[in-house]
Amino acid sequence: MRELFRTFTHRLAALFLRRRLEDDLDKELRSHLEMAVELNLRKGMTPEDARGEARRSFGGVEQTKENYRDQRGLPMIETTLQDLRFGFRMLRRSPGFSALAILCLTLGIGANAAVFSWVEGILFRPYPAVTHQEQLFALTGTARGESEPTAISWPDLLDLQRSCKQIDSFIVNKIMGTTLSVGDRAEVTVGSIVSANYFTAIGVHPILGRGFEPGEDSGRNAHPVTVISYQLWQGRFKSDPRIIGKTQRLNNVLHTIVGVAPEGFYGTFVGWAMQFWVPASMEENFEGGGYKLEDRGARWIEAYVRLKPGVTLKQAQLEISALAKRLETDFPATNRGRGVKLWPLWQTPFNNAGTLLPTLEIMLAVVVFVLLIACANVGNLLLVRSFARRHEMTVRLAIGAGRSRLLKQLLTEGLILSALGAAGGLLVAHWCRHALVLLFPARGGVAMHLPGEIDWRVLALSTGVCLMATLLLWLVPAIQTGKIDLAGALKADSAGVVGGGGRAWVRSGLVVMQVSLSFVLLVGAGLLMQSLQRVRATSPGFSTRGVLVTAVNLVAAGYDAPRAQSFQDELIERVKALPGVESAAFGRMTPLSYGSFSSTAIAVDGYQPPPEEQSTVQYNEVGPGYFATIGIPLVSGREFTRADDEKAALVAVVNETMVVQYWRGRNPIGERVQVKGRWMQVVGVAKDSKYESVREIPKPFFYVPLRQNFSRGAGLHIRTPLNPETMATALAREVHALDGNLALYEVISLQEQLDRSTSPQMVAVTLVGVLGGLALLLAAIGLYGVMSYAVSQSTRELGLRMALGADATNLLRLVFSRGLALTAGGVALGAAVALGMTRLLGNLLYKVSPRDPLAFGSALAVMIIASLAACFLPAWRATRTDPARALRD
Amino acid sequence: MPSSKSEVLQGTLDLLVLKTIDSMGPMHGFGIAMRIQQVSEDLLRLNQGTLYPALLRLEQRGWIVSKWGISENNRKAKYYSLTRAGRKQLVEEAESWGRMSAMINRVLRTS
Repeated sequence: MRELFRTFTHRLAALFLRRRLEDDLDKELRSHLEMAVELNLRKGMTPEDARGEARRSFGGVEQTKENYRDQRGLPMIETTLQDLRFGFRMLRRSPGFSALAILCLTLGIGANAAVFSWVEGILFRPYPAVTHQEQLFALTGTARGESEPTAISWPDLLDLQRSCKQIDSFIVNKIMGTTLSVGDRAEVTVGSIVSANYFTAIGVHPILGRGFEPGEDSGRNAHPVTVISYQLWQGRFKSDPRIIGKTQRLNNVLHTIVGVAPEGFYGTFVGWAMQFWVPASMEENFEGGGYKLEDRGARWIEAYVRLKPGVTLKQAQLEISALAKRLETDFPATNRGRGVKLWPLWQTPFNNAGTLLPTLEIMLAVVVFVLLIACANVGNLLLVRSFARRHEMTVRLAIGAGRSRLLKQLLTEGLILSALGAAGGLLVAHWCRHALVLLFPARGGVAMHLPGEIDWRVLALSTGVCLMATLLLWLVPAIQTGKIDLAGALKADSAGVVGGGGRAWVRSGLVVMQVSLSFVLLVGAGLLMQSLQRVRATSPGFSTRGVLVTAVNLVAAGYDAPRAQSFQDELIERVKALPGVESAAFGRMTPLSYGSFSSTAIAVDGYQPPPEEQSTVQYNEVGPGYFATIGIPLVSGREFTRADDEKAALVAVVNETMVVQYWRGRNPIGERVQVKGRWMQVVGVAKDSKYESVREIPKPFFYVPLRQNFSRGAGLHIRTPLNPETMATALAREVHALDGNLALYEVISLQEQLDRSTSPQMVAVTLVGVLGGLALLLAAIGLYGVMSYAVSQSTRELGLRMALGADATNLLRLVFSRGLALTAGGVALGAAVALGMTRLLGNLLYKVSPRDPLAFGSALAVMIIASLAACFLPAWRATRTDPARALRD
Repeated sequence: MPSSKSEVLQGTLDLLVLKTIDSMGPMHGFGIAMRIQQVSEDLLRLNQGTLYPALLRLEQRGWIVSKWGISENNRKAKYYSLTRAGRKQLVEEAESWGRMSAMINRVLRTS
């Protein structure tokens, strides 16, 4: 063993001392021979005989040296180094080829690495600052008959925590926004309401001060403390070293800053960087809607759990489902039909991991396509070169190089190309790792936070991709080399015909593959684009043009209910009086905004809910003139007026779906519905509209007067032909006239709001579109390469045709038809693949069949135009063939 | 060339070289080759060239070390000498060679 090691180090050292050792060997052998000659001379031989004898008894000097060298160094490594040197020399010799090949690979590998980094940073390892995030799982509630997961109530969570054996900790983390003023600057920030165990459970230690202490998450508004983020500390507090103990107003309540989170910790919510954390005891102040820590029916919590080491998701789910069953029997009034579900982080339904998952899945497939197309392009380039190098290869074979040695040389060249491509690709990925966020509009002035993560796993995967690319690149020339026929190759090349027979099939095959892959991507992009159009063209059930929405945060400014009411009344009057305003109304929530409507269990006179059904329905609290302002038509009855106030009888407006479900389509006007123990009379029926998402199916929904169900956090809807900017200035003036301390949220049109709600589709379309375009470009380059090579190789055929009377049109037709034949083959293959694959787009498609003929048709059209463009230059060159010269050569 | 000369058996060259250096003291390649031929009374056919890779192999294993020196007729030559590990190896290999040849002799006699 020791000898093996010694031998190895000796050999390894020899690699670096080659020149000196070579010199040594030379001297040693020379001295040997000279001694032998001397001895022979002394024996009385003539000088010639003496030398001859010495050489004979020595054996071949060169052969000895070769054996010696093999023994001395590490031949494997030496030949590899030799191959590398040779490979680099070959690349330098044709810089155009090398640059093009490396560029193709950079794009191919870079696209892969970038998407890997997104998948890693957003789905698999979203919280790098959290210890053992692989043990972290998301927790949501489920409700029978509902496909969407629900939030959890605080008492339920405490009960689960008490009884669950396999879960180490339950971590509450509810995102919320507030206006933060430091000095004279106010801006909207996002923070989290968390359980007291938050920082301990995720293993994040504040760099200043402390995290929350046990018990700080109980008691109504009992613990106004906050931990602020590193960025907030650096930016707004100028890294104040004595920040701990200072106070900061959050939603108008003074909070003591007890800690500063470490750098690089952005909270545990994919999509937004948290700026501060408050304990759950303060939830009422941020969430609104009353004190919820003792209300089992109030579901507002989004949570994570940390499993104990060695516990699988399945085991934990089993236990937690059993516990949820027990809660169902113990508290039937609130928990009937309710379950609890654990999710891997990458499926987290309540943050952007869930919304981005389908897009990123598609992206993974798309970038593999792009990589294959890039490889095909480089393969084609290599092939052209391998024809050019056939002479070199033949000579090397003829003078005795083994085929395996040649293949190794080619492999090394492929490896150099793809390694350079991979290096470039990683650079591209590094630049693009945070690019995803650029595709999302900022909301309410806060930019999203979607960082990619380039860690060792991404690097390893990219290396794998690079090796795969190398093998693909190697295949083509390797097959070609295998076919070199020594005798044949030394004969002159016979002239080819355009796109005809023989070796050309490999290149044509590659082009057909490229065309088919990019055709699939084009179809995908077409489908997504149509789907987006359908989504956008879907009427949301309210006017999107001519309605602006904004909000005034009265909670943050410390308004109590009566003051907020009079403020709202005054503001509405002032806004209505503004020139250009047709009408205006408050509503607790603007439709399709980020946030959730109130929901409640209802009872309806004469409606017997089927057993097990929980009649939970969402509703909105709206002011007088809401329906007219937002443009939701009333089917019958009336809308709310100023008379529907606290003193008047309780009323409600229901939507059509609710009428069908609870009154079996009978006219419900005058009927009663019970909401939170209060009976309300139905006074109107509104048409169905979209509430949370354009893609939702019609669902029961009702409206109650804001005055009778007051909420301070109200959205303002304004019907006006004016643009948002003009309106914003006027509005800000009115708001300031009422209260100089109030800040207005951004003013946007409902159309803009609608567009933002479809941003995941938009992102998918953009990404697939960009990469589809890239793929198309690469495929066109490939086709161009094949056609121009074919033309350059068949000048004799072209010349002959011209001599026989073919004119430019004939030749153009010849080249174009060959090019289009390749395209047709690729499209046919691509269409077959696309038919099988587009259903993977599944839930990204809205009202579009995965086999939509329009998408296939337009992909075909684009493909044909691209291939005509790619063939144009070669065809034109074909017409310029000089028949006399072509035939003479 | 007389046909009674035998080829050096694969693997025995190492033993021969080690033994030669052991009995002669530090010696250069040519000297070792001469000595082996002399001792074997020219019955061994040795391509002197094959000696050098063998010397390198022994050196790599740490059994011999080499040093440039001046030969008896004032010529620069590389001298090889045995290390402690080399001496131990020689004893072991000589023993195993002895056992081996004794066994082969026995087999040849009995059958």
